[in-house]
Amino acid sequence: MAINLTVNGQRHALDIEPDTPLLWVIRETLGLTGTKFGCGIAACGACTVHLNGRAVRSCTLPVSTADGGDVVTIEGLARDGTLSAAQQAWIDHQVPQCGYCQSGMIMAVSALLQQHPHPTDDEIGAAITNICRCGTFVRVRRAIHAIAEG
Amino acid sequence: MGKWTRRAFIGTGTLVGGGFVLGAAGFAFSPSRHSVKPEDNGAGGAGQLNTWILITPDNLVTVLVPHCEMGQGAQTALAMMAAEEMGADWNLVRVKEAPARSEYANAYIGRAFLGDRLPGFLSRGFDYGTYRLAAWYGTQATGGSTSIRGTGVYGMTVAGAAAREMLIAAAAERWGAEPSECSAAGSRVSHAGSGRSATFGELADAAAMQPIPSRPALKDPRSYALRRTAQRRFDIPSKVNGSAIYAIDYTMPGLLSAAVTMAPVAGGTLKSVDPAPAEAMPGVKRVVQLEHAVAVVADTYWHARRALAALKPEFDDGGHGAVSTETIFAAFDAALGAPPSLPGSPAKVVTADYTVPFLAHATMEPVVCTVRVDGDRADVWAGVQDPLNARSTAAAALELGVNQVHVNNLALGGGFGRRLPGYLDYVGLAARIAKPMSPAPVKVVWSRENDIQHDFYRPAGMMRFSGGLDADGAPTAIRSVYAGGGDRESMFMPYAIDNDATAHDAKHPIPTGPWRSVLNSQHGFFKESFVDELAHAAGKDPYQFRRDLCDAQPRFRALLEKVAAMSAWGTPLPEGEGRGMAIAESFGTIVAHVAHVSVSPEGTLKVLHVHSAVDCGDVVNLDTATAQVQGGVVFGLSAALLGEITIAEGRVVQRNFNDHQMIHLKDVPEVDVEFVRSDAHLGGLGEPAVPPVAPAVTNAIFAATGIRVRSLPIKNAKLVKSGVPT
Repeated sequence: MAINLTVNGQRHALDIEPDTPLLWVIRETLGLTGTKFGCGIAACGACTVHLNGRAVRSCTLPVSTADGGDVVTIEGLARDGTLSAAQQAWIDHQVPQCGYCQSGMIMAVSALLQQHPHPTDDEIGAAITNICRCGTFVRVRRAIHAIAEG
Repeated sequence: MGKWTRRAFIGTGTLVGGGFVLGAAGFAFSPSRHSVKPEDNGAGGAGQLNTWILITPDNLVTVLVPHCEMGQGAQTALAMMAAEEMGADWNLVRVKEAPARSEYANAYIGRAFLGDRLPGFLSRGFDYGTYRLAAWYGTQATGGSTSIRGTGVYGMTVAGAAAREMLIAAAAERWGAEPSECSAAGSRVSHAGSGRSATFGELADAAAMQPIPSRPALKDPRSYALRRTAQRRFDIPSKVNGSAIYAIDYTMPGLLSAAVTMAPVAGGTLKSVDPAPAEAMPGVKRVVQLEHAVAVVADTYWHARRALAALKPEFDDGGHGAVSTETIFAAFDAALGAPPSLPGSPAKVVTADYTVPFLAHATMEPVVCTVRVDGDRADVWAGVQDPLNARSTAAAALELGVNQVHVNNLALGGGFGRRLPGYLDYVGLAARIAKPMSPAPVKVVWSRENDIQHDFYRPAGMMRFSGGLDADGAPTAIRSVYAGGGDRESMFMPYAIDNDATAHDAKHPIPTGPWRSVLNSQHGFFKESFVDELAHAAGKDPYQFRRDLCDAQPRFRALLEKVAAMSAWGTPLPEGEGRGMAIAESFGTIVAHVAHVSVSPEGTLKVLHVHSAVDCGDVVNLDTATAQVQGGVVFGLSAALLGEITIAEGRVVQRNFNDHQMIHLKDVPEVDVEFVRSDAHLGGLGEPAVPPVAPAVTNAIFAATGIRVRSLPIKNAKLVKSGVPT
């Protein structure tokens, strides 16, 4: 089946089985490995990307439902070599440890801040349900507030 | 006990440099430039001053670190230790992980044992992490919270100081000056008398020809300019833009991918499987049948995974089909018998049982390994805590010699003990799946279900205590029995109490292994819960009770006082809130936590704040040290509140993050961390924050509600008193 996707501004016409999860299209067909596989059941958020401006968990999303859509992955967040606000805050606050969950975490936080530029702790808690095993949450929360305070 | 001296250490290195090799295994040793093969540094014309430090003509210092980076910050901190001694400009320092070869093995620790000389950090009882490291003699392991206190203290500082003296000697020779008139700072050697100076890069080649100093002078810690500061980690930029390459990301032309189903009961074997349904599906190359597993190899992982789901393999249960959580704990209970008897005749006797469940590591990156077998050579790409053990594991699976196997270690998406030597089953499995596909490289990706159901679990355990109090509420004795594992370090209590613990055995077939803080994760909960119970039975404040029993343990007493001050211990709290304290030493570091919790009338628990006071001797990188404690608290909270692997019909019940749950950001309290500097040897930091978390929380629940949680996880406890309206 022919699927049309725009990923990080680049248009792709893909001949691919429609039930393939968007995650594996991004990772295996397009070779963008910054988006991670964590659980395969949309429980951990490591695979979070933006689809038409909203955060989605790509490991359970059939690529057919993204047909014609605009996808942004972690590799597409920086603009003209300048890191996004979330990426820069992640460096400033030294958030990542092993780093494996952080692509998804940054994508989820970026989407949250677009909808709620000044989120409360409750809004952050409701929106950010990604799992991090190293335990970086204390710094994730601090970095989000730092971005919101500009 | 013999004494491990710096002189013995460096003297050995010089001997090795001169061609003498100590020990049957014959490891070369840093600092010794003779042990390094030129291709390691990949920089032509570089002057390699010793195994670990490389200076290039562009004046960059590259520190080759024999430990993997899992986000614990060890590579950056180790480079700081070397750079501090060298007098290097931190902006001109880089790190690189040492290749998987014997020259970079943990021989400097191993030799200490061979020579019956023990490093100072072993002097307190038995240190499990170091004991393990000794067992890993000949490995290149990262675990046991040992990188800084082992490699850093005995390797990097000495190597850095030796490099500085060699650079100064080269400069003095060039200028006809005395070395004592020269100094090194800012990656430059200067001669005060003449005003001459030269960069490390300019001096590197000449410095490499200097004799290796037998006893380089180490800096006085009071003059540290780099250590104790907060420095950014080298690996973080690649972890915010998706460019870090983990094992799951590695690819190459012609790569195939595999998905696997393993025998659901540990020890079970594959009885039969019809490969036809998978073979008919797109992209599938082959169905590989192994003794304990079946794998589908395909052009992509998604194709392999989808085709695997079409198979209906049958496994036997290896004779373990009747094992369950209930049978395991019943065996523990039977093995422990009656509560142990106490000496004398205490006025009051307190008895209590505590239990902890099996726990999975659940690293965010499931274990992944790529293997290519081509004739008598095999290449391995994986994320492991010991590349040398990965090499021998693959070699054994492929019936090759270790020198025919080449391991490339990639970024690790979490470790926590899952990727330690002896537990690299996924490397052996990948080798066996790749062998029939030779010469194609095959990447074997474990699903989350594979990961949760086929781990080496933190052992479940049970401990039964008796404790006596005299008429004044002073403890007379503690006697305890336990099953599920323990050692002298995890059993250690700092309190002035006559205390004795006895191990009992109750075997079960569930595979177990080291899990962040190892046996301390169980015993921290057991012993600090019981001490809290004794304090309440004595009618005393749990902080004062602990502190008064620590007169002979000034480091513990200082931390208790510190954490009490941090948490405003003793000040009033609203109804339904409470504070709980716990303290434990592991891996040479003491951590005291106070948890502040609230429990609603409906029994809903919220951990509001965790205060942590830490004595690891001294910190190297203040920021990563703090991050390890923050992370350890969160890791410990997930386990304490929610973590549980249960067994039914021999199988692990939980499958994925939907039923093996972790805490989320909304559950995470504020965590404040303060370090107390002591004169103790540097301690580890990757693990020691974990053990006191669970007891601090359960002690706080007791303070808030009067309900004592003696069995983890806390989610299974009813936090509403019966008879109290809700």
